[in-house]
Amino acid sequence: MSLNPSPRPSLSEAVASGPLERVERSAAKPAPAEAQPAVDGVVGYRRLLPVNGDRYLVRIGALLVAALGWHLASTYGFDFFVRFDNVPGPLVVGAEFLAQASSREFYLHILHSIQRIAIAYGLAVVLGVTLGVLMGRSRFAEDVILPYIEILRPIPAVAWIPLAILMMPTEQASIVFITFLGALFPIVINTVHGVEQTPKVLVRAARSLGASNAAILWHVVLPGALPSIVAGLAIGMGVAWFSLLAGEIISGQYGIGYFTWSAYTLVEYPKIIIGMLVIGGLGSLCTLLVRKACSPLLRWQTEGAKS
Amino acid sequence: MMPSKPNRAAVVEHPHSFRPRSAGGKGRISVRDLDIVFATGSGPQRAVASASLEIQPGEFVSLLGPSGCGKSTLMNSVAGFVKPTRGEVLLDGHSIAKPGPDRGMVFQQHSLFPWKTVKQNVAFGPLMAGAGTREAESVANTFLALVGLSRYANAFPTTLSGGMQQRVGIARALANYPSVLLMDEPFGALDAQTRSMMQENLLEIWGEFKNTVLFVTHDIDEAVFLSDRIVVMSASPGRIIADIPVRLPRPRTQELLTTPDFMAIKRECLALIREQTLRAFEQQNQAS
Repeated sequence: MSLNPSPRPSLSEAVASGPLERVERSAAKPAPAEAQPAVDGVVGYRRLLPVNGDRYLVRIGALLVAALGWHLASTYGFDFFVRFDNVPGPLVVGAEFLAQASSREFYLHILHSIQRIAIAYGLAVVLGVTLGVLMGRSRFAEDVILPYIEILRPIPAVAWIPLAILMMPTEQASIVFITFLGALFPIVINTVHGVEQTPKVLVRAARSLGASNAAILWHVVLPGALPSIVAGLAIGMGVAWFSLLAGEIISGQYGIGYFTWSAYTLVEYPKIIIGMLVIGGLGSLCTLLVRKACSPLLRWQTEGAKS
Repeated sequence: MMPSKPNRAAVVEHPHSFRPRSAGGKGRISVRDLDIVFATGSGPQRAVASASLEIQPGEFVSLLGPSGCGKSTLMNSVAGFVKPTRGEVLLDGHSIAKPGPDRGMVFQQHSLFPWKTVKQNVAFGPLMAGAGTREAESVANTFLALVGLSRYANAFPTTLSGGMQQRVGIARALANYPSVLLMDEPFGALDAQTRSMMQENLLEIWGEFKNTVLFVTHDIDEAVFLSDRIVVMSASPGRIIADIPVRLPRPRTQELLTTPDFMAIKRECLALIREQTLRAFEQQNQAS
């Protein structure tokens, strides 16, 4: 009845010893032999590229190439459909960055932004995962909540500015609200997706082992949904940063978004670029932190993939 | 690495902690006049039809039948996953309403929690029964020793081979000391050699516990080798068409497979199954 392929041989099996493992090991032997040519092909191809730590050098190199292109384009006033003649070069921006980096003001901007991100993202994680689990587990909850999500999700952060000002008691609350909305939707959607994919056989196994509904949620549904939830958390962090910029347009004083926006209104091109790069850098740094913080919870997945 | 060491050696690893609790006369399964009807897109589908079956405590019974004959459905009604449309399913005289730890379940494959280590998987049942983490883990260690996988206690299931995963599955089901072990084609996805070794393993473990085993399979050799009785089911809707006793001596080893007694029972099953498989084939042709 079953058309399933025979089990893959694993690393642990190769080192297995003891009477019980012997037969299985020999039974699994033909598979690696078949896999050999394909594996060799990959290895041969991979050798052309630097390995592991060196890959970061490649990545940094890629960025340096872009910076060099940018430098040349703005120095020689590149002008063919895309115009660089008014774009400040990387050296000008770099000099301005050093000037900014020695001012207290600059760090206050960053600090305010990080604070807003922390509050907004924290709220989005709690509410997003809760709503997502509810929707994934209950059809009724999904039918009630999904229409809101589907209608509100495509609305860009900027479009929320007027309403946020009207509805929220303080300017800070408005900015946090707009940032929160940006992070919320990817977290909800990914949580629902993860929860709905819980394998039925695992729920059955847990039930037959005496698990209650609460235990099934905690031991089966949530861990199973975790890879998808973590993906949502990482995407949500990125979206939070670019929603933050929209929110900080209404900020009167601080925030890296405000910094960028006021540079724009004052036509300070180098500062605009600095603002953009800082948002990009902090955004990707925070996304990386989210992934790193969650990776111990996903150890089972990475270890499984290695074999 | 002592190739001559018998498999039973695994049990000796923890001689003090392992106390097989005999099911103690529990584990009587009574299926009475059971009908199970599923609602499908093309109308109601009868999966099991007027099935009646009595299984004694400590008996090893195989459900044998062609694919899609409703043998898994019948087992799922004993497990408590499927409710009878008509008739009743009893365990020790009590009607089965839902799944419970008194009926350990071993699935075909991929039923271990991949995010839990092998030990945590086996400890899950005792933990749900209210044991502390420590106590549950010590039970888990005992049962991992029983199936010979102590050294993989902290590995994640996906790093193990299919046969090893199924052994963990058996340990996990047994860790609750169930009076009934329900096995739904547990070796169906394994290669032939691993499968035959797992069958011998299973009989050894069962020898320690003597609980009731209901074993679903479509493999005749497997059914004859393992069972005290083989219950043969017809093609859809699943009716019980034969109840064949297997009076072969235990302990059983692979040499049994070539004895005339084994062959005789196999032949009897083969004739029945062939007839039913042809019927199932015709049904599918008519349907398409």
